[in-house]
Amino acid sequence: MSGGSAPAKLRESPAFKVALSLSIATGLYGVSFGALSVASGFDFWQTMVLSLLLFSGGSQFAFIGVVAGGGSGVAAMTASALLGLRNGIYGMQINAMLRPGGWKRYVSAHITIDESTATASGQSDPGEQARGFWTAGIGIFVLWNIFTAVGALAGDAMGDPKQWGLDGAAVAAFLALLWPRLKGRQPWAIAAACALATVLAVPFVPSGVPILVAAVVAGVIGWFSHSRMDEGLEPDVDPYAEKRRHEKDGHGNGGHGNGGHGNGGHGNGGHGNGGHGNGGHGNGGHGNGGHGSERHREGGTR
Amino acid sequence: MNLWLWILIACALAYLTKLVGYFVPAKLLDNPRIMHVAGTMTIGLLASLTVVNAVASGQGLVLDARIGALVAAAVALLLRAPFLVVVISGAAAAALLRLLGWG
Repeated sequence: MSGGSAPAKLRESPAFKVALSLSIATGLYGVSFGALSVASGFDFWQTMVLSLLLFSGGSQFAFIGVVAGGGSGVAAMTASALLGLRNGIYGMQINAMLRPGGWKRYVSAHITIDESTATASGQSDPGEQARGFWTAGIGIFVLWNIFTAVGALAGDAMGDPKQWGLDGAAVAAFLALLWPRLKGRQPWAIAAACALATVLAVPFVPSGVPILVAAVVAGVIGWFSHSRMDEGLEPDVDPYAEKRRHEKDGHGNGGHGNGGHGNGGHGNGGHGNGGHGNGGHGNGGHGNGGHGSERHREGGTR
Repeated sequence: MNLWLWILIACALAYLTKLVGYFVPAKLLDNPRIMHVAGTMTIGLLASLTVVNAVASGQGLVLDARIGALVAAAVALLLRAPFLVVVISGAAAAALLRLLGWG
């Protein structure tokens, strides 16, 4: 691996430690994917192929979520592919940071996901970036697949998934994936507009298609409202949040400031004007825990 | 069998998307509009998936135990619970509501 210059160094490497704890935390929730997938009607091997080959949490949940809702395979594939687009952006960033050559490039592409990108981009030293990326990527790949298998086998033995609230687990999982991206007014407005578009579309188009309608709505809003360039593109984890909080003289709340998002979004959803009204101008300057933009600067200068 | 086909296509597309990133000149990152659309699309898709899984049932809209899951998950997230705890809260809320005979 490009970063493993000295094995002894690993133990002192902050990126390695972060990557390891992130791997365990993320790997564990492979259980919920495995169980949900089986509950949605996928067999054991279909579930495993999604974790082994598709290997991108959001896209995997999207694929089984669409099928669980009665959508077609095409709709599931499309939703999964659209949700995976951000991994292409992460690929550009990792390539700019680590410049992997030869076969390494093909391996690193497979483990380019939210968590590995977040771990690498939180470091400034190139060696640390590499250690963070590879440790998180490989660690999560291994654990995510082991725990997917555990979940799939356990889920199979559980009987009626509804009795265990597994359909509720899917709802919670999607909200949890969305949540970290709702920083500021505009992301809330986009989410509200797309939620509304989905609800309006459900009765009129086949299952699975409302999600694609929402994707188009989001794309149009994005096209006509470019403000902060990386809105929503931050990896859905911030492995360094804890550290940042400590740096701010131990004051937990000041840094995150969740005052901003609560009400704006709900108000808009209710009245149904979230769409262009807000997308168009409501973009002032919701300053925001800097890791996203730092990363871009990094990508641009190399 | 048909589902297998779409699974494999989705897998191929997922990998190719990641790989394409490694071959695209970094200049594209400088195009704010493209980056912004990619970002809003991620938010839109996740919002839509949340809603579909909460209230859609085929082509109908229903309010059942899944709404309880949505609320429970939101509360857990407001309390900054980790992902796994959020998911378990959602499942527990839905299961509990069904046990009480609703949805």
